[in-house]
Amino acid sequence: MQVRITVNGVEHVNEIESRQLLVHYLRTTLGLTGTHWGCDTSQCGTCVAWLDEEPVKTCTVLAAMADGHRVRTVEGLADGATLDPVQVGFMAEHGLQCGFCTPGMMMTARHLLDHDPDPDEATIREAISGQICRCTGYENIVRAVRHAAGHPSHPAGADPATNGHSAVVGEPSQEVPA
Amino acid sequence: MQTPAPVDYARAHSVEQALDLLAQHGGEARLIAGGHSLIPMMRLRIAQPECVIDINDLTELDYIRVTGDHLSIGALTRHKTVLASPVIGEHYAILNDAERVIADPIVRNRGTVGGSLCQADPAEDLSAVLSALRAEVVIRSRTGSRVVPVRELDDGPYQTVLEDAEILTEVRIPIRPGAGSAYEKVERRTGDWAVAAVGAYLVLDGATVRDVGIALAALGVEHGCATEAEDFLRGREITDQTLAEAGRLAAAASRPSPDQRGPVVYKRHLADELTRRALRRAADRAQGRI
Repeated sequence: MQVRITVNGVEHVNEIESRQLLVHYLRTTLGLTGTHWGCDTSQCGTCVAWLDEEPVKTCTVLAAMADGHRVRTVEGLADGATLDPVQVGFMAEHGLQCGFCTPGMMMTARHLLDHDPDPDEATIREAISGQICRCTGYENIVRAVRHAAGHPSHPAGADPATNGHSAVVGEPSQEVPA
Repeated sequence: MQTPAPVDYARAHSVEQALDLLAQHGGEARLIAGGHSLIPMMRLRIAQPECVIDINDLTELDYIRVTGDHLSIGALTRHKTVLASPVIGEHYAILNDAERVIADPIVRNRGTVGGSLCQADPAEDLSAVLSALRAEVVIRSRTGSRVVPVRELDDGPYQTVLEDAEILTEVRIPIRPGAGSAYEKVERRTGDWAVAAVGAYLVLDGATVRDVGIALAALGVEHGCATEAEDFLRGREITDQTLAEAGRLAAAASRPSPDQRGPVVYKRHLADELTRRALRRAADRAQGRI
């Protein structure tokens, strides 16, 4: 069957099998591998992306069900070279270790902050309660979201990609210990 | 990688069209809304429908409204909508209690009231809540509609009394002024099915029980209702002693299965304890204490 799905603002028209799951459409058909595929049983939440305006577990949505709809993935978070404050927060607060849960966590965090710009810790923990960090790094994930809430936009003149930290996106960090 | 077996996909734009599609496939099609039960079952090949009929466009079934002396909830209403509804919060604290512990917030964005009921999982939360409240469902076919009490909706685990070409379209809950209600669930972790759960509602006259509903999830009770405990409480006062007897009767009616969530003795203990807790909280709410 043919589907027409707008992903991160770009319309895609593809011929797919109607049994294809949205996570595999994103990763395999479109090559957008930022959305991770984890447990296969909608438990882990690493595959979270937005369907229209809401985060969903894309392993539990058929791509056919997204026909005519909009999808936003982690690749659609940054504005060109300018990282989203959530991405900056995850860098600043060491919000990831292995990084596997990170795309899903960040998509949920962005949605939370769009609706509640200053969430407390309990609200953040509730929002991410359907997502598992296999490194158990929840403390820093919560701090990362709090950081993003405290720095919703970038002050003029600051390097938005690093928010004043020394790490440079796309290049090896200068802070890696020997 | 778990992938569903090959399946056709159709999108319905009206209830009538969905009913026509169901009739065309003669029992080999499944409706899909939130999909959070059906798609995992399709991936595990427990379910292999010939066709899935997507009803997410049937926004005519997405509503919460007061109609006369009852509250109507459309079958396509999402869990997050129920949780956020001030009308539901005002009349049925039990629904808010339960919706907070149904799956997780991301799943609640997609999952629907009708889908939860039609899945007929013995551990499902809303089925217990709506059984306790003696709600009814409206079931439509191409030739008309019928009304079935939620207490008679399931026909064994994962089975309902719906025919192949019928759609559950609405839940109706009687509004009882002055009622109190509560839901108590024990789960291993966020998003898991209940180890055991109990829903209760009470209408009190002073401390005397005028009307009562008690339903149990994941405890192996036929149609999920603790009818002996209900019969015992009706006309009696709420005291520590009557609550203890209601808990004992609910536990005695339970037939839980031992599994990774716990042995029978533990689940029976929960049936007793959670029945007393749910009734106590429902009574406190009915009397305006909380």
